[in-house]
Amino acid sequence: MTRPPTQGSRAPRAVVIGGSAGAMTVLASLLPALPASYPVPVVIVVHLPAEGPDGVADVLHHRCEIAVKEAEDKESLAPGTVYVAPSDYHVLVEQSGYLSLSCEEPVRYARPSIDVLFESAADAYGAALVAVVLSGANEDGADGVRAVCRSGGVALVQAPKTAEMPAMPAAAMAACAQARVLSPRGITEYLCAICGGRHVS
Amino acid sequence: MRTAPAQRGDVELRLLLDALYETYQYDFRGYSMASLKRRLSHALERFGCPSFSVLQHKLLHDASVLPRLLEYLTVTVSEMFRDPGFFRTLRQDVVPHLKTYPSIKVWVAGCSTGEELYSLAILFREEGLEARTTFYATDINPDSLKRAEAGVYELDRMALFTDNHRRSGARCSLSDYYTAAYDAAVFDKTLRRRTVFSDHSLVSDSVFAEIQLISCRNVLIYFDRPLQDRAIGLFHEALVRNGFLGLGAKETLRFSRYAPAFAEFAPRERIYRKGGDR
Repeated sequence: MTRPPTQGSRAPRAVVIGGSAGAMTVLASLLPALPASYPVPVVIVVHLPAEGPDGVADVLHHRCEIAVKEAEDKESLAPGTVYVAPSDYHVLVEQSGYLSLSCEEPVRYARPSIDVLFESAADAYGAALVAVVLSGANEDGADGVRAVCRSGGVALVQAPKTAEMPAMPAAAMAACAQARVLSPRGITEYLCAICGGRHVS
Repeated sequence: MRTAPAQRGDVELRLLLDALYETYQYDFRGYSMASLKRRLSHALERFGCPSFSVLQHKLLHDASVLPRLLEYLTVTVSEMFRDPGFFRTLRQDVVPHLKTYPSIKVWVAGCSTGEELYSLAILFREEGLEARTTFYATDINPDSLKRAEAGVYELDRMALFTDNHRRSGARCSLSDYYTAAYDAAVFDKTLRRRTVFSDHSLVSDSVFAEIQLISCRNVLIYFDRPLQDRAIGLFHEALVRNGFLGLGAKETLRFSRYAPAFAEFAPRERIYRKGGDR
């Protein structure tokens, strides 16, 4: 049952990103750097109060080449698409490659929960997963990152000193010693490079 | 999706669900696995079991495990007048149609602990439909049904429920419908005098009445797509022509093979109407 901890030994088949306060700023520069032909799906949980019906997805959609949409229940994950968790629902990745929504209890006061997304994605993709923890003021994501590392996936954490709110990245670093700590620019370059996408200049 | 052989935990989980079905006829095999696995992992901690296989053994040999396990298998998170816009649309746009029927049947499918049922019962009283309506509140979890029938909720949830109720277009206060006793809100028992509480499974049971309005909100998200289709097929069969189906705010019929058999009545609020002659 244990997998060898060979981080990043497999070509990633999905990227998951979690963040809270201060994360939108980073996403607003990160996602526009991803090409429309980005070869894997990206799933995002950001804790934010709902700003209208499609909140976060709506804000990001206009600035990006890559398709950005709100995650829907039982939607198949497709490359070149960013799926954003709707407010007040958890998003989970199923092993057969689609998303499920859930109204279960908040986890660490959060719904959507980064841990719930990351743990399910780690279970579905194993070592072929890249998980990214951005700025935030709580510790959601730490358990998720631990699960990702345990399955052999890659964890990237925004360097706390570059984060508006350092608590979330700091907790993720403490949870997972193998996590790579990068600036927002470093994260963007990593995500572009791993999949043969263009580099930010 | 995964090319490597399925992990042992997944095999054990499947066997546990098989055992649950063969022994107790509770069929969770068509549920969304990621969420079910998460909830059952919590159950492992609660029962002190190191693996799903050990839990399976306990389940098969100790009948007292089943009701406690059902707490984990079914999701009982709910609130009254959740998504107030849904209820506002019911009042404004659906009630006028319902008023044309001499008698009305409403089915709250997957009623859990009853929050949705009481919301509808209150709305129907406020809109003058209560006296001609029969409510069917169904669920597979007997403990949830008991709590639904009791109609007692934690008092600290009333602030949210009251606000939701007000935003649903109510003309009076939610506190008119309950009495506070210590830290509990006890809802007026006359609200449920027109309700039939019943054990019913969307997985394995069939249609039991001709229905004008079905509310099944945030239940289908726990099903995989084939099972969602089975449930939607049941709703289609149960609804009268032009009957209404209300889903959760993030649920849709778009991916269902029954999509052509329904019209989008209030798309934003996810209220559908059964089409003409199908």
